[in-house]
Amino acid sequence: MNATANGHSDHRPSGWRRWLTTTNHKDIGTLYLWFSFVMFMLGGIMALLIRAELFQPGLQFLEPERFNQIVTLHGLIMVFGAIMPAFVGFANWMIPLQIGASDMAFGRLNNWSFWLLIPASLLLITSLFVPGGAAGVGWTLYPPLSVQMGIGMDLTIFAVHILGISSILGSINIITTVLNLRAPGMTMMKIPMFTWTWLITAFLVIAVMPVFAGAVTMILTDRHFGTSFFSAAGGGDPILYQHVFWFFGHPEVYIVILPGFGIISQVVPAFSRKPLFGYTSMVYATGSIAILGFFVWGHHMFTSGMPVTAQLFYMYATMLIAVPTGVKVFNWIATMWRGQLTFETPMLFALGFIFLFVMGGFSGLVLAMTAVDVQMHSTYYVVAHFHYTMVAGALFSAFAAVYFWLPKWTGHMYDEKLAKLHFWLTMIFFNVTFFVQHFLGLAGMPRRIPDYALQFADFNMISSIGAFGLGLSQLLFLYIVIVCIKGGAPAAAKPWDGAEGLEWEVPSPAPHHTWEVQPVVK
Amino acid sequence: MNIALRPANRRTFAKLALFSALMFGVGYALVPLYSVFCAVTGLNQIGVDRQPVNLQLDTGRVVNIEFDANVHHLPWKFRPVQTHLGVHPGELMQTEFEIINTRNEAVTGQAIPSYSPPEAAQYFKKISCFCFSKQTLAAGQVQRMPLVFVVDPALPKEMGTITLSYTFFEVEGNAVANSGDGAGKS
Ligand SMILES: [Cu+2]
Repeated sequence: MNATANGHSDHRPSGWRRWLTTTNHKDIGTLYLWFSFVMFMLGGIMALLIRAELFQPGLQFLEPERFNQIVTLHGLIMVFGAIMPAFVGFANWMIPLQIGASDMAFGRLNNWSFWLLIPASLLLITSLFVPGGAAGVGWTLYPPLSVQMGIGMDLTIFAVHILGISSILGSINIITTVLNLRAPGMTMMKIPMFTWTWLITAFLVIAVMPVFAGAVTMILTDRHFGTSFFSAAGGGDPILYQHVFWFFGHPEVYIVILPGFGIISQVVPAFSRKPLFGYTSMVYATGSIAILGFFVWGHHMFTSGMPVTAQLFYMYATMLIAVPTGVKVFNWIATMWRGQLTFETPMLFALGFIFLFVMGGFSGLVLAMTAVDVQMHSTYYVVAHFHYTMVAGALFSAFAAVYFWLPKWTGHMYDEKLAKLHFWLTMIFFNVTFFVQHFLGLAGMPRRIPDYALQFADFNMISSIGAFGLGLSQLLFLYIVIVCIKGGAPAAAKPWDGAEGLEWEVPSPAPHHTWEVQPVVK
Repeated sequence: MNIALRPANRRTFAKLALFSALMFGVGYALVPLYSVFCAVTGLNQIGVDRQPVNLQLDTGRVVNIEFDANVHHLPWKFRPVQTHLGVHPGELMQTEFEIINTRNEAVTGQAIPSYSPPEAAQYFKKISCFCFSKQTLAAGQVQRMPLVFVVDPALPKEMGTITLSYTFFEVEGNAVANSGDGAGKS
């Protein structure tokens, strides 16, 4: 064992070759995280273009077609380029450390999963510059428009294919790692919550990403090979696409939030200095959220003319998901109950997550009611709702994770004062941006429009100001991370006194190879 | 340590890859499943021509509608094509009226409806009527004009017959000046 370990460090290439050919889970995790941050910036610039256009009524910066393309790419890039790769990055870094494995099960495959992301993102970006521009149909790629658009749509479809393959391979790797490479003694019910949520997420990915790949393939063959899955002219049905898409789409929203639940379930106990309350119920709640998620897709289609019986079914099924989600929130609060709380930045982001995600969950319950949804469908209320879950959910948990594990990755402590400033700026500007969008939606402002009626002007202006504040605050985050990589107070192996788990038993920064000899868990 | 070569990992990989491939197939299987589901439940039958069903039709009774047509100082012959109709309340009905302009000049008129008994007016719903707008007829022109209506099922039982009477008046200002009958000045 030792001989092999020494052999590793000898043939490790340096410079760019190290990153291109690496099969090391920590290197690949780092690549994923930086890629995700670049995409986050790119999607953020697109969001700011959208908010700049919506700052005032009328058309100022973007043609309506361009606006639609930017909205579409913002959604695709944030979901598939920023959030998902960020969580895969955390998984690569932390899962082997947490379960006492020396690496992921398939190193070469891991390398491939990452590098596939580059052509996919390039396809999405170049689609902006082809004749007809990028896909302007929204990230859901609904026909009939997606069957009719120009070549930008084909590039988007190929990008989705590649992203799908990348995330499926990554998920197979994660599942295999968790199932086969756990340290002796680490039974399934001793796996840290972050790893548990990722295991369930990975099963979701391999169950629904192929369905999405199939759906876009059907669009592709409808466009070029004479099939008529969705084109009504040939006997197809565009509503069928909505069913297939949302069969993927609803589990997809859990793919982007479940790892976040896992992160919060580790951060909250660490800063409460208590073990997680209700570990077993957390595991079962995550599992039931994942399973229920397969039976609620119709709530995205209440206005598509479905019969009342189906509407009622999807309404009650959707509301049922609030139960396991409520179990989780209850457990987090019970963990804090009578704990010795301190409020370092990871904890602040975790608390921000709980507070804002619960709000997003409640507006989700509002939208789950069919009668209400018919009124609010495709308004800014929906936009506000899913940004409360995606930004305040996925992004806040990602920030919590970065600050929580940054000392482990870099061997340095980050600047706590600046990090707290980053949290407060993000928290305040996030709410300035998105809270007012609830009012816009209730007043009837439709989403995906570059221009709007005058009565929406004030709230849009507030929202745009918030968006620019939110965007600029993230430059502070970049600065904090770079400073932390370059130097700072040295971090102990376990920089958080309340943290638990194998990842805190390896030194900080984590050496290139860890757990070459697997620990034994009692 | 090349853990990728571990047979256990390979077996897990094979199972998971097979599962993904099957799920790709499930995406396609949703297409026929969707058609079968729609056929079994009778939902969303594309290409099947179904007439809308009138749920408010009261087939239990027949209301007799009589049509009457008059002109007031107009050189027109005005008559209903059908003088009476038997109608179920709730039933969408269409009938026609005919005007003939006997003058060799264009004339404009407007029809005013009246009902007998007068209480029937609120139950007689005109969907489309020539009386909604002015009618201009060229010299000697013959014109057939539609009336589309529904009798409200709330019509009281005792009203077995409704008479709808139209009178055409010449429209002020559009009158063609002529010396003879002074119709335009009435
Ligand atoms: Cu959903």
